[in-house]
Amino acid sequence: MKITVYGPGCTKCKQTEELIRHVVTEMGIQADVVKVSDIKEMIAAGIMSTPAVAVDGVIKMAGRVPKADEVKQWITG
Amino acid sequence: MKKIATTCQCDTATCPTEQVDASTTSSRMSGRSVALGVLALIAWVLLYQYLAPIAHWVTATLLHLPANTHLSQAVEFFVFEVPKVLLLLTLVVFGVGIIRSFFTPERTRKMLAGKRESVGNVLAALLGIVTPFCSCSAVPLFIGFVTTGVPLGVTFSFLISAPMVNEIALVLLYGLFGWKVAAIYLGTGLFIAIVTGWTIGRLKMEPHVEDWVYAAQMGEGADTDADLDWAGRIRYGLDAVREIVGKVWLFVILGIAVGAGIHGYVPEGAMAAIMGKDAWWSVPLAVLIGIPMYSNAAGIIPVVQALLSKGAALGTVLAFMMSVIALSLPEMVILRKVLKPRLIATFIAVVGGGIMLIGYLFNLMNVHAFIVK
Repeated sequence: MKITVYGPGCTKCKQTEELIRHVVTEMGIQADVVKVSDIKEMIAAGIMSTPAVAVDGVIKMAGRVPKADEVKQWITG
Repeated sequence: MKKIATTCQCDTATCPTEQVDASTTSSRMSGRSVALGVLALIAWVLLYQYLAPIAHWVTATLLHLPANTHLSQAVEFFVFEVPKVLLLLTLVVFGVGIIRSFFTPERTRKMLAGKRESVGNVLAALLGIVTPFCSCSAVPLFIGFVTTGVPLGVTFSFLISAPMVNEIALVLLYGLFGWKVAAIYLGTGLFIAIVTGWTIGRLKMEPHVEDWVYAAQMGEGADTDADLDWAGRIRYGLDAVREIVGKVWLFVILGIAVGAGIHGYVPEGAMAAIMGKDAWWSVPLAVLIGIPMYSNAAGIIPVVQALLSKGAALGTVLAFMMSVIALSLPEMVILRKVLKPRLIATFIAVVGGGIMLIGYLFNLMNVHAFIVK
C-alpha cells in the first residue's frame, strides 16, 4: 500500500504526514508513506488544495487535516 | 466519535463488525448532539444578551472601580468586548464552516470554467467568500483555475475576494459598529475584487504568467468532500471553530486591549489631524503602511475601532484595513512562483489603486458621523 501526502510544507501538511505515519505504525501494517511537495506533481494529480492524501493513487481528501479514524477507514476499506 | 476511534484497536479481521457498531452508535449519538447543539445555542443567546450588565457588574461591584474614570471605562470596555466578539466569532465561524463544506475548490472551479468575463468576475468574487482557501494553496489553486478554462481576470477576482472579504472581519465589524459598516465592508470588498479582476483581464496579462503554468497538465483529481453527510458537515464546522477561534483568540484579546487603552485614555479627535479626512495624503500612506503589515482580520479590527472612535476618517481606516488584509507580502512571495514580476506589480497597483479610490470616496461622502456611533 502506498499513501501519498501532498503539501508544499505548511503546518497542516506536516500534521497530516505525522498523523498518517502514526496511524500506520499503530495499526502495524505495511505501507509506504510518501510526502510530495513538488507543485507540478500536485497539479498532475489534480490537486488544488493542500494538504491532500491519496491511497494507492486514489485521492481520499483535500484541503484539510484528516482525523485518525478517517485514515484508518481509508487503509482498511 | 473520538472514543470509538481510540478503542478500535482491532485487527483487520474484526474491523468490519466494529464499523457497523460505530455507525449505529453515531446515529444514536446524532440525536444527542442535536440536543446539545440546541442547548449550546440557547446558552449563547442568553449570555450574549446579558453581556452589558455583566461587564458593568464586574467593573463596578467585583473590581470596585469608581465610575467614570479612564480606568473603569477601559476595563468595562474590555470586559464587555472580549466575550462579545468571541461569542460572535464562534457562531459565525461555525456557520461559515458549514457553508464552506458545500463549496470545495473543485466545485468552484467547475462553476467558473468557461464563464464570460464580466459575469465570471462577479461569480468569482462571490465564490471567493464561501470557498475554503488558504494562501499556502494559492499556487496549485491558481494553476488549477487557469489551465482548465477559467479566464485570468476571473481567477484574480477569486484570489482577491478570498482573503479580502473575510467572515471574521465581517463579524467583528458588525459586532463593533453595527450592520452599516459591515455592509460597506462587504460591498466595497466585492466591488474591488470584481473591478480589479476585470481590469487585469482587460490588460491581457496572460504572457506575464510564468511559462510553465500553461504547460502544466491538470490531472483529473477528485471532489472528495462534496458528498459529506450532515454529521460530516457539522464536524467540518466544529473543526473550523477549533482551528480559527483557537488561532485568533489571543489576537482578539490583544487587539481589544489596545482598543480599550485608546478608548479610555486617548482624547477624542486625537487621530483627526493625521488620519482625518482633511489630510489627503493619509489614504495612500495608509495603503503603503498596510502592505508589509500582515495581520489577520481579527487582530486589525479592534485597532480600527480605536482609530475610528478617536476621529480617524472612515475612508482612511477602511483603506488601511483592506491593505493589511488583501495586499500581503507573504502571499506575493508565494504567487511569484506563478506570476512574472510585471503581473505582480500590476496586481499590487490595481488592487492598491482600487483601495485608495474606496478610501477617498468614503472620506468625500462624509458618512462618518452617520455610520459610526
